[in-house]
Amino acid sequence: MTNIEIDGKQVSVPPGGTVMDGARQLGIYIPYFCYHKKLSIAANCRMCLVQVEKAPKPMPACSTPAVEGMKVSTHSPMAVASQKGQMEFLLINHPLDCPICDQGGECQLQDLAVGYGASASRYTEPKRVVVNKNLGPLISTDMTRCILCTRCVRFGQEIAGIMELGVAGRGEHSEILTFVGNTVDSELSGNMIDLCPVGALVSKPFRYSARTWELSRRRSVSPHCGLGSNLVVQIKQNRVMRVLPRENEEINECWLSDKDRFSYEGLNSEERLTTPMIKRDGQWQTCDWQSALEFVATGLTAAKEKHGAQSIGALASPHSTVEELYLLQKLVRAMGSGNVDHRLRQSDFRADSQLQGAPWLGMKITEITQLKSALVIGSTLRKDHPLIAQRLRQAVKQGAQLNLINPVDDDLLTKVTNQAMVAPAMMAAMLAQVLQAAAELKAVEIPAAAKNAVNAISVTDGARAIAASLINNKPAAIFLGNLAQHHPHYADIHVLAQHIAQITEASFGVLGEAANSVGAYLAGAVPSASSQTGGSNAAQMLGMSAAAAPCQAYVLLNLEAEFDSHDPQRALKTLAAAELVVMLSAYKRHAASVDYADVLLPIAPFTETSGTFINTEGRVQSFNGVVAPLGEARPAWKVLRVLGNLLQLDGFDYETPEQVRAEIFPADSDVSARLDNRLDGFAVGEIRQTSVGLQRIGEVPIYQADPIVRRAESLQHTHDAAAPLASMPGALLDRLGVQAGDTVKVKQGDGEVLLPAARDDKLPANCVRVASAHPLTMALGAMFGDITVEKL
Amino acid sequence: MLSAETIKKIDHEVAKYPADQKQSAVMSALAFAQDEKGWLANETMDFIAHYLGMPAIAVYEVATFYNMYNLQPVGKYKLTVCTNLPCALSGGNDAASRLKQKLGIGFNQTTADGKFTLKEGECMGACGDAPVLLVNNKRMCSFMSDAKIDQLLEELSK
Repeated sequence: MTNIEIDGKQVSVPPGGTVMDGARQLGIYIPYFCYHKKLSIAANCRMCLVQVEKAPKPMPACSTPAVEGMKVSTHSPMAVASQKGQMEFLLINHPLDCPICDQGGECQLQDLAVGYGASASRYTEPKRVVVNKNLGPLISTDMTRCILCTRCVRFGQEIAGIMELGVAGRGEHSEILTFVGNTVDSELSGNMIDLCPVGALVSKPFRYSARTWELSRRRSVSPHCGLGSNLVVQIKQNRVMRVLPRENEEINECWLSDKDRFSYEGLNSEERLTTPMIKRDGQWQTCDWQSALEFVATGLTAAKEKHGAQSIGALASPHSTVEELYLLQKLVRAMGSGNVDHRLRQSDFRADSQLQGAPWLGMKITEITQLKSALVIGSTLRKDHPLIAQRLRQAVKQGAQLNLINPVDDDLLTKVTNQAMVAPAMMAAMLAQVLQAAAELKAVEIPAAAKNAVNAISVTDGARAIAASLINNKPAAIFLGNLAQHHPHYADIHVLAQHIAQITEASFGVLGEAANSVGAYLAGAVPSASSQTGGSNAAQMLGMSAAAAPCQAYVLLNLEAEFDSHDPQRALKTLAAAELVVMLSAYKRHAASVDYADVLLPIAPFTETSGTFINTEGRVQSFNGVVAPLGEARPAWKVLRVLGNLLQLDGFDYETPEQVRAEIFPADSDVSARLDNRLDGFAVGEIRQTSVGLQRIGEVPIYQADPIVRRAESLQHTHDAAAPLASMPGALLDRLGVQAGDTVKVKQGDGEVLLPAARDDKLPANCVRVASAHPLTMALGAMFGDITVEKL
Repeated sequence: MLSAETIKKIDHEVAKYPADQKQSAVMSALAFAQDEKGWLANETMDFIAHYLGMPAIAVYEVATFYNMYNLQPVGKYKLTVCTNLPCALSGGNDAASRLKQKLGIGFNQTTADGKFTLKEGECMGACGDAPVLLVNNKRMCSFMSDAKIDQLLEELSK
């Protein structure tokens, strides 16, 4: 530790620390623009000049290393004169347009100009003007306001992992821009808006819609990815105007993915459902809550009497709150049915009864950054978990080795040490190789449950390298991504990964797909949770499994089966054939082709209800509604409670969400004790590396993952939301006689769609990548099923 | 995109740096590319970015920072006159005026025959020889009196 004195106060800073670090420890304020605790030091705004004893010139606090015995004055006449002088320089070219600037009221330059600026400018020469740039649908620019702090540039390089912005030119001609007018396409780009200390980069969707001092700030939690980012939701006149990150070093740090930041537009969508509706004679009619709920209660009771309780099924989105999921499963279980599930995109449920607890990350989120080796299996990581990808990027920067076993070779914007890009059908075989390699390296026996898997396997060098990386670098971790969880052989992948983790002594985690993937298990929204009744899982309920008959009456919570299920073709067919489909949804139905619902109950999205999400590390985060429900919409927990009353079920007398919460988590309960990724007793069979026909790789696009984000207009205009393509390796294109850009007919089951073909030579042979969960591909079948492509 | 010979020269530079720091060779790569093409088009910079495994915008940053890189096509001879203070005190501006008058063009312009481009340069580190000018970034001409300028133009016009 280095001891220095700042403004007469002693402070010790760690070796390599700066004067700024010391001042922050002491709580001494030094003005700055370019300094940011998460970014590298640039020292180019010069606002943090301080006086250092024996130094002839003022020194920038952010980049001056602390030296033993140093005496610093931050408020001496020299320091203040330097800061004021610097302020005058910064304001030379800055326009005086604060009244029309969106940053006004939350602008660092404006604030500091009040403290350090003169009341009038001495500068009378012409000011420079910089042309605005089009950076895409999320960031609006006013480049004349830029003070060239380069925070946005450093954010791109260091956090987002992709340098999209740069400083071109020199001296007075310097400006921030992208190469030849490209847009900024990073999935973390919105953070540049927060980082910009002036009004040069502001939010395009929010632009000119409110002033910062008109907004009330309410705490909330993101309902999207499994991270559970903490939010500040800002509202005006009962409307969500924008969303900003709430700093939480243990979860999202000070960042937010664009999905979390801009999805609020979906909350104010035209498609919001504001009254209950019943379909009579094929026509949707609005009605009051009483008739809608009675219709549902009558319908469910009739289905139970006619077909038995097992004909009732409940499917919920894992983006729902714990309270909603708990009441939904309580309702169907009280009616005598065990059919409840939230895993609509999962297709392999073979290991359900062997699962020991709720699948979770297997470690703290903060521990990701400390990893020295990681193996990510089946994941479009950057798009599914933007901030977990960011944490892994930081780990790699500190020397971690990143290994991938994946069907798609999407650029993770970081160094990948070993990667095996294998067809979905080969993923289990690849894992078996890694398992065998790990066992050989550690000279241990493979446990009986996985012994058969390695019988017909020959270990490649790639597999050996991955195993060695996990064994030789500690701490290590293995993560199962969304593609792995949606995989038709998920159970095999899961158990193999578990044994690799065991042998290599690595931590083992499942990356939670949705905000409440862990919570849904703990709330009991899975069929096996209640042992007496058993019950069907999502695949069985939606007719994807021959073994179980589909249900006759469905309650769908917060989901749209055409986008949210593994096989939309089957799901739609099954739902269309059902006698009753009750949808609790925040959004209307409009396309006749997907109109399987009989009654629509308008429910409140996360901003209009209180609730709880349990994130992928098992952290329980409760939040309150930040605005009143829109129109007649009501929090789903209230709807389910009233429905329980109407059905005369016991134990639906809750007055507050806290009572529901108390029932789910009794005072002495420990959530962490119920988290467990282990499959106990699931044996994987022999894996043969067989050749198969064309396989689909159907990932969920980042901005199609849940109903809210699907309606977030600006996000839908980003590069990431581009219309799906049928991507194929060049050899396959040649075989089909198709050129990239040609329209091809893509068929699965009895559905077909026309899509432009695209060439992607990084895809494994015989694989066609066609995004799922998209209006243009929902006529197709399973996310990883057989697929045919025909030349037109 | 670039000739095999240019690529060979770039590879020679790349070899001077650690394998994971290929981007250290960006300045020389841009110079070689400019020698071949005469100027740096966006496609050329994009090519170099890919070749050195660095973001295109980072190449652009370098190319726009140094004024020896031509981001627009230039004439056969690019004359860069220093107009910084020491040169200006010793007749740098007079030299520039002489060139403008003889060539009939201003700074950043090219003669109609495509032969000469006139540029305003920054200090070339030879203030003692002021006024100085550079021909095509490579040939330094010192003590540029009107007579020497006339002589230079005559020589280059041949």
